[in-house]
Amino acid sequence: MTSDRELRVSKIQSGTVIDHITSGQALNVLAILGIDGTDDEIVSIGMNVPSDRLGTKDIVKVEGRELSQGELDVLSLIAPVATINIIRDYGVVEKHRVDRPTEVTGVLQCSNHNCITTEDEPVDSHFEVLDDGVRCVYCDTIVREDLAAHILA
Amino acid sequence: MRHDHVISAKQLTRGDIESVLDRARDIAADPSAYASRHDGALLGLLFFEPSTRTKMSFSAAIKRLGGGVVDMGPVDASSVKKGESLADTVRVIEGYADALVLRHPSEGSAKMAAEYVDVPLINAGDGAGQHPTQTLLDIYTIRENAGLDDLSIGIMGDLKYGRTVHSLAHALTNFETTQHFVSPDTLALPRSVRYDLHEEGASVKEHTDLEHILPDLDVLYVTRIQRERFPDESEYRAVAGQYQIDAGTLGAVADDLVVMHPLPRVDEIASDVDNTDHARYFQQAHNGVPVRMALLDQLLEGEQ
Repeated sequence: MTSDRELRVSKIQSGTVIDHITSGQALNVLAILGIDGTDDEIVSIGMNVPSDRLGTKDIVKVEGRELSQGELDVLSLIAPVATINIIRDYGVVEKHRVDRPTEVTGVLQCSNHNCITTEDEPVDSHFEVLDDGVRCVYCDTIVREDLAAHILA
Repeated sequence: MRHDHVISAKQLTRGDIESVLDRARDIAADPSAYASRHDGALLGLLFFEPSTRTKMSFSAAIKRLGGGVVDMGPVDASSVKKGESLADTVRVIEGYADALVLRHPSEGSAKMAAEYVDVPLINAGDGAGQHPTQTLLDIYTIRENAGLDDLSIGIMGDLKYGRTVHSLAHALTNFETTQHFVSPDTLALPRSVRYDLHEEGASVKEHTDLEHILPDLDVLYVTRIQRERFPDESEYRAVAGQYQIDAGTLGAVADDLVVMHPLPRVDEIASDVDNTDHARYFQQAHNGVPVRMALLDQLLEGEQ
């Protein structure tokens, strides 16, 4: 399997590999990381790669980049079993799973268009994380479907 | 109650509610004893939406405690018209007042505003969110007329957007009540309220029709179904017509059924109900003054 995967997505010298992403979510992971191709970051993406654990998975490799806690928090919502590998000199120096946070701030937009956080006020969006979805702490709206569509640009 | 902000009925415990209600009862029994209690205190009124009862009863309440109001006035005549943010507006007005009362069309506005001020801030309605002081006077009215133990209450009308409904539903989870929600499917309780009621283990039943549960109710709380919730006039009329009551509707109910409404009503309660023993909605509106006096008294006490 490993050699097959290497053919699809080449190794990186240093940076972060986000593995075991829920199939179909790789582009949303890039959106969380704010990667849209306009910067110089070198990014490799595998989508619907065969996986023993997941059947199929997505994988994202970003050179020269480590992730912030906020990025990891949102990542955990759309890819709850993702693993994060920190790479240096082509080797994995750290490997950990994402933790589901109890709340996320400033990374998702409330789906309620009448919520104060969607207006021009000095307030960050703020969600409590439920077992199944997230809940806006300002307007109480519960978002369960398509969280990735609510990621703030 | 913590002496700070009153944002949502979700924050109110049974003890919080009963302490306000007990004080309101004392005030109603002897208002003169409270007439100088907060001499010189100023209540800042920030109403970004029209209001009659809530605004006037807050004004009456602070004045009957010896204080006065500073009023932002209508939005059209304020700095908001120039594009000032809510966060800035409340930060300015807190310097003029000892407590603030905010009504705003956006859900979550009161919670955000409270993060920017140190004086107590009271949510007087945030969009389709919450209206906790209406709930306090609603529960006061229920307690005075029907008691709060083993209560069966029907809550009818626009349950989706009705902030008085959301606050009342949350607060009633503190008491031994069965809540019957009656509405068209399109205006049923929002997911967030349903979630909270479930988490609280509340006794909740949902119906699209009032008739078969009406004989079992101790209280019927009617709310207005608004025209703008429907795509066209005919659909509105067809649906709204099913959630109106008149003296005939109440013909077969228990003698002591209490009918309430946060007002204003349009035609969901016919005027022929007004003269029956069931009608308590004007008394309910009047209760806004002693209940808001009690709440302000507690909040301003904490400020001293």
